Amino acid sequence: MNEQKEKNEVILFLGCPEVPVQMGISLYLSYILVKKGYSVTVAANPSVIKLARVSDPERHYMGRMIDLDHCIGDLAEKKISFDTAIAFAHNDAGITYATTIRYLHASRLILVIIGRNAEDLKKLVDFQCEMVVEKTVHNPVELKKKLDEVFL
Amino acid sequence: MTCVEDLDKEVILQGSSFKESREYVEAGFTEIYYVDPGFRLFEKHIIGIPPIAIGMDHDFIVFPFTKPCYGTFLLKVEDAEEAKRLRSLKLNTKKGR
Repeated sequence: MNEQKEKNEVILFLGCPEVPVQMGISLYLSYILVKKGYSVTVAANPSVIKLARVSDPERHYMGRMIDLDHCIGDLAEKKISFDTAIAFAHNDAGITYATTIRYLHASRLILVIIGRNAEDLKKLVDFQCEMVVEKTVHNPVELKKKLDEVFL
Repeated sequence: MTCVEDLDKEVILQGSSFKESREYVEAGFTEIYYVDPGFRLFEKHIIGIPPIAIGMDHDFIVFPFTKPCYGTFLLKVEDAEEAKRLRSLKLNTKKGR
């Protein structure tokens, strides 16, 4: 049983919340993944964690949340592990964080690139990962379809 | 030693791309060390795209610091102890990995 659970550890890495679609789609993803039996952790900066706590006060969707930089530190020191990482990026910093995650952990990495510059950001990715790219800021519909293809 | 946010620092670049911060270090310093993502500097694990360039000038250390909302900062900090520690690690001085 424990072995089964360990194989289902997923961590969502959320970047800056200035692109609204990130918050909505990450709540949705967390919901879907938990429903499918995954154990979900969200690693995010303090702004995102505050948004999540206000949006989901009883934690129906987002369960465990940890500070993004502490999580990177724990990864570097091999204190945490997971089976799948889903990293969001809508700017150069997001790609930089995703590269760091790729370097520090050999798990499956799904990079979700969003925002107005999604196509240009995609060109910066030169590491192994699965990419979901959608040029969206507010509208989650097409992004949801693409993520459903990955997880449903 | 304190964490990066509390350091007495000079901000050389702000809101830059990670590539720009590396190019600045490579163009402006003769003593450069290349480290991997997660390398510990000033009690913080560096976020970055390898190879990550750290510039040194006497006791000054110039390094990238990436924040999710604000991009990459290039910071300059004077710290004799940390500079001595870095030099003692025999880090890679060549860009190739």
